[in-house]
Amino acid sequence: MPASAQSEIEAVFRSESGRVLSHLMRVLGDMDLAEDALQDACAEALIAWPRDGLPRQPAAWLTTAARRRALDRLRSRRRRPEQEAMIEEATPDPRDPLRELEQQLEWPIADDRLQMIFLCCHPALAREAQVALTLRTLGGLDTRAIARAFLQPESAVSQRLLRAKQKIAEAKIPFRRPRESELPERLPAVLAVLYLVFNEGYSASGGDRALRLELCDEALRLARLVAGWMPDEEEAQGLLALLLLSDARRAARLDADGELVLLEHQDRARWSSAQIEEGRALLLHTLSRQRLGPYQLEAAIAAVHADAARFEDTDWAEIAALYDRLLALRPSPVGELNRAAALLHVHGPERALATIDALLAREPRLEDYVFTHVARAEVLRRLERRDEARAALARALELARTEADARHLRRKIAELTS
Amino acid sequence: MRYMLLIHSNEIEEAGMSEEAMGKIMAEYYSFTEELMKSGALRAGDRLRPTTSATTVRVRNGERLTTDGPFAETKEQFGGYYLIDVPDLDEAIRWASKIPSAKYGCVEVRPIWEMEG
Repeated sequence: MPASAQSEIEAVFRSESGRVLSHLMRVLGDMDLAEDALQDACAEALIAWPRDGLPRQPAAWLTTAARRRALDRLRSRRRRPEQEAMIEEATPDPRDPLRELEQQLEWPIADDRLQMIFLCCHPALAREAQVALTLRTLGGLDTRAIARAFLQPESAVSQRLLRAKQKIAEAKIPFRRPRESELPERLPAVLAVLYLVFNEGYSASGGDRALRLELCDEALRLARLVAGWMPDEEEAQGLLALLLLSDARRAARLDADGELVLLEHQDRARWSSAQIEEGRALLLHTLSRQRLGPYQLEAAIAAVHADAARFEDTDWAEIAALYDRLLALRPSPVGELNRAAALLHVHGPERALATIDALLAREPRLEDYVFTHVARAEVLRRLERRDEARAALARALELARTEADARHLRRKIAELTS
Repeated sequence: MRYMLLIHSNEIEEAGMSEEAMGKIMAEYYSFTEELMKSGALRAGDRLRPTTSATTVRVRNGERLTTDGPFAETKEQFGGYYLIDVPDLDEAIRWASKIPSAKYGCVEVRPIWEMEG
C-alpha cells in the first residue's frame, strides 16, 4: 500500500474514532469491548479500503464492522447474552433504505459524544485520568501523543488509562448525560478537558505538524454542543467564544510552506471574520450577565487582539489589565508569563525582562517551558542583546516538541545571526 | 449493583457534641434510613460502637495476635455503613451525599465485588 494511502486512512481513523467509539460504548456499555471492536474494525479497514477504495461514510463503515466484531468477541466469550441482543437490535439492516438515508444525512443521528465526554470527565475519576481518557476516546490520540502532550512518561499514561477504565467498569460509572442538579460539579472538568484538547490541536505537542486541526475541530464542535445544551452556564459560553476567536486565526497561522506564523506577522485579512463576529457576539452577551470566569476573560483577551486591525494597534494595556483579573481568579505561572509578554508593549523591554527573570526565579518550572525562552529572546532582541537572545532561542529549540516549532526557531536564530 | 457506603467521622468531635446537636443528627439519620428503605435500595445498615471498643486480630505463621483498638490510628474513624443496591455509581453517590455524617465527615463508596456464576 502506498504510504500516502496509509496516512490518509490513519487520518480517517483519527477523526472518526471518537464518534464511532462513543456510539459503540452506548450500544455495548463496555469500554474495553468497544475499544477492542474498534481496533478490529480498523484492522479490517486497513485491508478493505486500499482494495475497494475509501467508503463514502467511513464512520458508518467502521461502526458496522466493529459491531460485527464485538458480536464475534462476545460469542467467543460465551457470556452476557443480553449484550448480544442489544447489539443485534442496534445493528441496522444494511438493506434498509431509510437507515441508509439517515446515514447519508448525518452520522450518527444521536450524538453519543456528549455522553461520552461526561463519562470521561466523571468526578469519580482523577483530573489527569479525565483528560487522558477524553483525548484517547474522543480525540483519537494514542498513549504516546497524550504522554508527550503532558510531558509524562508513556507508561504512566497507559497505567492511568487502564486504571480509569477499570474503575468505570468496576464501580459502574454510568454512560449518560448528568442531571441538571449535577451540572455545577461536573461542568468544570468538561470545560477544562475541552480547553486542553483544543490547545493540543492549536499547538501540537509532537510530530511534524504544527497544528492538529482535527483536534481543534473536535474541541470546537464539542464546546458548541456543550454551550448549546447549557445556555445558562456562562463559562460554557465563554469557552466557546474563546475557541471561536482563537480558531478564527487558523488560516493565517501557517504560511504557504506550512510554517508557523506568529501573531505579530499574521495577515489579519485572512482571519475568519465570521468566526470573530460569532465569538464576539457570544462573549458580549455572556459578559452582560456579569458572572465573570476565566474562560470569559481569556475570550476577552482574544477579542482585544481581534479588534486590532494591525499588530501595532493592539490595546496592550487592556490586555494586561485582563490578565490581572484572570490571574486574580486563576493564578498560574504561564498566565503571569503571558501578562509579562503583554507588558513588554506597555512598559518597554527593560521592565519586561526584569519581570520575566523574577518570575523564572520564583517559578523554576517555567525553565522547561518553550514560550518562556521565546518571550525572553524577543525582549533581549529589542534590547539589542543579540547573543543572549540567540542563547535563549537555542534553549527554546532544545525544548521544541514539534519539527515545525523547531524549524521556526532555527529561522529566528538565523535571522538574529545575519 | 451493590455498593457499600462506609461512613467515616471524627469520634472525639462527635462525643463532644451537645445532646441537642446529636439528637438532630439522629433524627436526620432516622429519616434518611426511612427514605432509603422506601426506595427499595436498602440491603443493610448499622452504626458501630466507637473504636475504643475495637479489638484487632491478626494471624501470623498460624499464631493469633490480638490487640486493643482499631487497626490504624486515623483522624476519622469508620463508624457505620449502609449496603445499598442501585443501578450505578451516580445513584450510589446521590445516596452517599444524603448521609448526615457526610456534612462533617466523609462517606467512601465502594462497589461490592460480586462473585460470578
